[in-house]
Amino acid sequence: MEKLFSFIKKYRFFLFNLTALGILTIFKPEIGIKSASISVYQVTQMLLIIPPVFLLLGLLDVWVPRETMVKYMGEKSGIKGMFLAFILGSFAAGPLYGAFPVASVFMKKGVKFTNLMIFIGAWSTTKIPMLMFEMRYLGMKFTLTRLAIDIPGIILIAFALNQILSKKEIEMIYEQAETSNT
Amino acid sequence: MDIQTYLFYIAAIAALIVSFTKNKQKSLTALKKAWKSFENILPQILGVILLISFLLAIVNTEVISQLIGKDSGWLGVLLAGLVGAITLIPPYVAFPTASLLLDIGAGYMQIGAFVSTLMMVGIVTIPVEMKFFGKKLTLFRNLFAFLFSFLVAFIIRLVVSP
Repeated sequence: MEKLFSFIKKYRFFLFNLTALGILTIFKPEIGIKSASISVYQVTQMLLIIPPVFLLLGLLDVWVPRETMVKYMGEKSGIKGMFLAFILGSFAAGPLYGAFPVASVFMKKGVKFTNLMIFIGAWSTTKIPMLMFEMRYLGMKFTLTRLAIDIPGIILIAFALNQILSKKEIEMIYEQAETSNT
Repeated sequence: MDIQTYLFYIAAIAALIVSFTKNKQKSLTALKKAWKSFENILPQILGVILLISFLLAIVNTEVISQLIGKDSGWLGVLLAGLVGAITLIPPYVAFPTASLLLDIGAGYMQIGAFVSTLMMVGIVTIPVEMKFFGKKLTLFRNLFAFLFSFLVAFIIRLVVSP
């Protein structure tokens, strides 16, 4: 019984939406069915793409020692660390929400805050397979222009965030990653 | 599935095999951690997917292309940016849609804003992001990315518009 309650609590947002969609389907079957079929498609896409990413994340967490990550992407990693953050983000797979658990492990391993934000920025805008799609549909000029603005933009945003948050606030986010159950 | 997904599977499975031959206990811990990370975001993500699917089901591409047409100016950019910020569309749907919108009259500047916020800003995933980054960082990251998208839109118009 307790398990059921904790399940409901955890999934309340999902269950609420599911119920709403169910009610909608009764009154507007067309929209309801269309929503449901798009949902099924999106969920299968997620289930196809996400497992290897999380598997690699688990292995990274267990095998790569903190010192190694600190050396390559920590406080003193300089340009090399930024570059690495860009590369890791660009070779990622899946939607941005997949980047947050990865970021959480990075924090535990002592990755510098600006590098963390560069990684998130790269994951969102310079992912290589996504660029292929973009070029095909919106053209080379569009894609390259966007890229030329986004790369400095990502760095700029990373540093701006670093400025806006106090040292203590950043430390608290890192501490939270430490204690989270991931 | 695209090639990259296959590569990720091959890499992950190969890494797992190597890991198991080296240390079984550690590998089991890695699996447990992988599952926990996944389970941690799953409830939110499922909820978000339902919400987004509903939004996608009710949008009408014709109407949108008019709202963000070539002559819609900065208001159109703002609108396109908002649509991109709210929705969460995978690239294999987003880019064909953007291309279609351009074909039926949307402007480059507006599509630039849409594509940029679509990638960088995630309003529906804010609760997920907050779990990892806290309130302040999440809000500012999304805000900065949103504002930055206007610059992207402006420069895309300068460079790409015919």
